[in-house]
Amino acid sequence: MDSRLVVITGPNGGGKTTLAKLIAGVEKPTSGRILLDGEDITDMDITGRARLGVAYAFQQPVRFKGLTVRDLLELASGKKLEHGELCDLLGKVGLCAEEYIDREMSAALSGGEAKRIEIATVLARNAKLSVFDEPEAGIDLWSFTRLVETFEEIRSSTSGSLVIISHQERILSIADEIVVVADGRVRTSGNREEILPALLKGEFSCRCPQRNGGGCQ
Amino acid sequence: MSDLQEMNFNSVTEEMLKVISDYDSVSGFKGAYNIREDSQCAGRKSSANITIEPKTDKPGINIIIKPHTVGETVFIPACVTHTNVDDLVYNDFFVGEGADVVIVAGCGVHNDGEEQARHNGIHRFFLEKGAKVLYKEKHIGTGNGKGLKKIDPVTDCFLKEDSCLEMDTIQLGGVDRSTRTTSAVLDKGAKIIVRERIMTDHEEEAVTKFNVKLNGEDSGADLVSRSVARGNSHQAFYSIVEGNNRCTGHSACDAILAENGRVDAQPALNAANVDAELIHEAAIGKIAGEQILKLCSLGLTREQAEEKIIEGFLK
Repeated sequence: MDSRLVVITGPNGGGKTTLAKLIAGVEKPTSGRILLDGEDITDMDITGRARLGVAYAFQQPVRFKGLTVRDLLELASGKKLEHGELCDLLGKVGLCAEEYIDREMSAALSGGEAKRIEIATVLARNAKLSVFDEPEAGIDLWSFTRLVETFEEIRSSTSGSLVIISHQERILSIADEIVVVADGRVRTSGNREEILPALLKGEFSCRCPQRNGGGCQ
Repeated sequence: MSDLQEMNFNSVTEEMLKVISDYDSVSGFKGAYNIREDSQCAGRKSSANITIEPKTDKPGINIIIKPHTVGETVFIPACVTHTNVDDLVYNDFFVGEGADVVIVAGCGVHNDGEEQARHNGIHRFFLEKGAKVLYKEKHIGTGNGKGLKKIDPVTDCFLKEDSCLEMDTIQLGGVDRSTRTTSAVLDKGAKIIVRERIMTDHEEEAVTKFNVKLNGEDSGADLVSRSVARGNSHQAFYSIVEGNNRCTGHSACDAILAENGRVDAQPALNAANVDAELIHEAAIGKIAGEQILKLCSLGLTREQAEEKIIEGFLK
């Protein structure tokens, strides 16, 4: 698989997260096939796909009572991690390892902290295909800037492809390819150069529901 | 009884000591210790600051820790190694002002026979002003006999001003019946922290009862119980935290159920002062599906994921 960055965008409720879950194997498709490097993985479970090289960052990070940040990162990378490696991984999401490695991934972490750790667990996997569902959600501006750099680093290396669900212009602007999903279908897709200008232009069109016949009076 | 006595215990005890009190058969215990085996003393040693002496009126020992003793560890493991033993022991800890020590208790019951084997340790802790104690207690049951393996510890704590007792207790299977009863009375500024982890399986039953009286101004209690009940096992958690002054009290009971496991949780908060801040949390249920999904997405199988989640939960 070539190292590309595909950004999936589109209106809320359009099916972006469902698409990500279908790729990861969290949900099963009712029709169609899913191929990874030509191999049909439609009937493969989450574990099988993970072992084949699919990584998936949940939109809502899962909390665990008892499992620490280190535990999760080590499970994700499949080995014990040296302090330097932990620093490196957490640094990519703008967190200081000293402060976090021994903390539980529990509800005691803030939404933004948990989200960044969730992303770090996917980075730790060094997967062939990494899927991130709205990585920007709940993350502060400074960490977000660092995160965008991380995505760019992954893209410029040959280590794997990225699929990012996002509404952020910063992320759209580093995409190789943009896919617009709406009403459960791919509305448009293509190179960033073609799609992004049209999307940004669309930002200025009127979205008032009244114009579409519904809404308030 | 002399201060120093050779250790003399059987191989079952030795194996259990390795588990319950990190005993190393080469280097032995570093510090004062008392080893109880089948209702007898199998080794005892005092240190310069910690005196262990037998009680004269009933079975058991007094552990006397001099004021300002810092950084020492006392080991007081108890083992029952065969069937038809009903061991009852009274151990009193007198911890001097400003001392800061670790006490490693722990109890192993081995039963290959038809009759029951039971250890019932009644512990009292008297912490003087500013004393700090970390009390670690691990329970195990081993052996394949039909006889029940029982451990019923009773712990009564009396915490003077600004003292702090941290209890770290763990029981991970093999004990057929256990009832743990803990009470504490806290003076001004005193703190008690309890971390309990219990796993039961098969037909095991485990009951935990806490009663904490926050009598002194700015006293505090934090009780956290984490348990896993699998097989046909049953656990019950009863806690009463009484806030009789300006104080903070928190208790939490988290339980994971698997197969036909059952857990009852009855936390009570009794506030008798307008400045008593008491909180309770309880959550009982099976492992959250999304936790399994997350670990599967890291490449673990479902079974491995469940195992990791439980291992972390009871860590």
